[in-house]
Amino acid sequence: MTQFLYIYRIDPAARQEATSTPEAAQQRMQLWMKWMAELDAKGHLKDRGQPLEFGGKVVRGQKAVTDGPYAEAKDLVGGYSIVDASDINEAVELSHGCPVFLGGGSVEVRPVMKMDY
Amino acid sequence: MELSEHLFRRESGRLVAALTRIFGIHNLALAEDVVQDAFCRALEVWKIRGVPDNPSAWLMAVARNRALDVVRKQRTAQTFAPDLARALESEWTLAPTVDEAFANSTIRDEQLRMMFSCCHPRLPQETQVALVLNILCGFGAREIASAFLTGRAAMEKRVARGKKVLAGATRLFDLSDAEFGQRLSAVRRALYLLFNEGYHGASAETPVRAELCFEAIRLTTLLLEMPAAAQPDTWALAALMCLHAARLPARVDATGELSPFLDQDRTRWDARLVQQGFAWLDRGATGPVASAYHLEAAIAAVHAQAETVEQTDWKAIVRLYDSMMKVAPSPVVALNRAIAIGQCDGPERGLQALHEIANRDRLRRYPFYPAALGEFERRRGDAAAAQAYFAMAASLARNPAERRFLDRRARECAAT
Repeated sequence: MTQFLYIYRIDPAARQEATSTPEAAQQRMQLWMKWMAELDAKGHLKDRGQPLEFGGKVVRGQKAVTDGPYAEAKDLVGGYSIVDASDINEAVELSHGCPVFLGGGSVEVRPVMKMDY
Repeated sequence: MELSEHLFRRESGRLVAALTRIFGIHNLALAEDVVQDAFCRALEVWKIRGVPDNPSAWLMAVARNRALDVVRKQRTAQTFAPDLARALESEWTLAPTVDEAFANSTIRDEQLRMMFSCCHPRLPQETQVALVLNILCGFGAREIASAFLTGRAAMEKRVARGKKVLAGATRLFDLSDAEFGQRLSAVRRALYLLFNEGYHGASAETPVRAELCFEAIRLTTLLLEMPAAAQPDTWALAALMCLHAARLPARVDATGELSPFLDQDRTRWDARLVQQGFAWLDRGATGPVASAYHLEAAIAAVHAQAETVEQTDWKAIVRLYDSMMKVAPSPVVALNRAIAIGQCDGPERGLQALHEIANRDRLRRYPFYPAALGEFERRRGDAAAAQAYFAMAASLARNPAERRFLDRRARECAAT
């Protein structure tokens, strides 16, 4: 088993659409819960991960601290999770039902490097 | 943690009430934005971390903090609730004032005031109902439009126009106002319409329909919590809603087809709602006059007491419809009365009563008028006439489920 990082990238404008009515928010939430629960039930969910605030600082050295990323950006990292999969193909396969796609977002799937000597 | 059904919709009405208490009704749009922000945030966090133990408290905390931010940033440029202006100005009183707005009792009172405000006499009844559904029940304009078979754009316009009238007022309706009694009748009427839209509405059988019924019951219950509003008419309204809603589970049969009232499997009626209905009808059985709500509830109660169609006290029902024709006459009431007469005195008398309905031309597009004619023709043995009436009824059907049911009836007559 290899660990993979799922990086959820979302379009902040599209997420407004997901909560345009309370019922829409409810439905979107239910899809996420279902998807996460399935990953978990099959033993793939290593770590649920964390959501991230959209804004922050970018530091490029002590004197080069800037605001960012900006909420206007199209694909902001909204959070991450860690899954267990046998290879990258399975990790990609497992991401297919992710509700992030409904909001025009994407999942970046990155293998965690192994500490092999 | 599971997500409880309609959590966001339920919380929406409560949060908007608390926030308009702080911001003032003229800032309704701002309150709605803050609620949407809170939902956005909930979605971002919960989708990864899971639903918290107390999601309502979580949402409320987010809305509260956001409200504090908004007031701090905008209080020099903006007026918020006029009667809270001083309290919101000072940092000493800001947080306790905002907390007070989120207290359960404040939210309940604000929801009541909002309900009364939505039923402003300047607004057409359909707009009143749409506003209640949008603001207090958290339905989006598109969802309301689909339940009411109205175009989405038209419904959006209707809701927007209504909100403009609401936001144009400096404050919500004062529950101690001299107009209270009048406005209370308007509120009851709007809730009655809301319930009927769910129960009898022309749109197809969808889960939203039953939701409308339960929202109407929830808001009527809220009304009953207020002593001045808990009048006999309000109890009777709540009773009739419960007694009708009890039948919802039996309205669709095992094959998913519409099951007409007389054919329903009565064991599927919701006994808990029936009981609640009786209890509320008792509470409302005081005062000098039996309103249309009392009579309608009483009719539903007679049905609920009968285990079968045959055991029904149809004579009592005819009498109640006679009273109803005095209090609130309408062709639909007359139609139901005629059906009761037919059940009581046989199909010939039923047909006669149907043909004697005053203003029956107003029923010409109502499928259940020819359907009733067809039913009594069938019972007295004229299958050909019955079939023709059922075919006519089917051509007037307002949704596929009605059409399938009436077509089936027509075919059954042709076969005999």
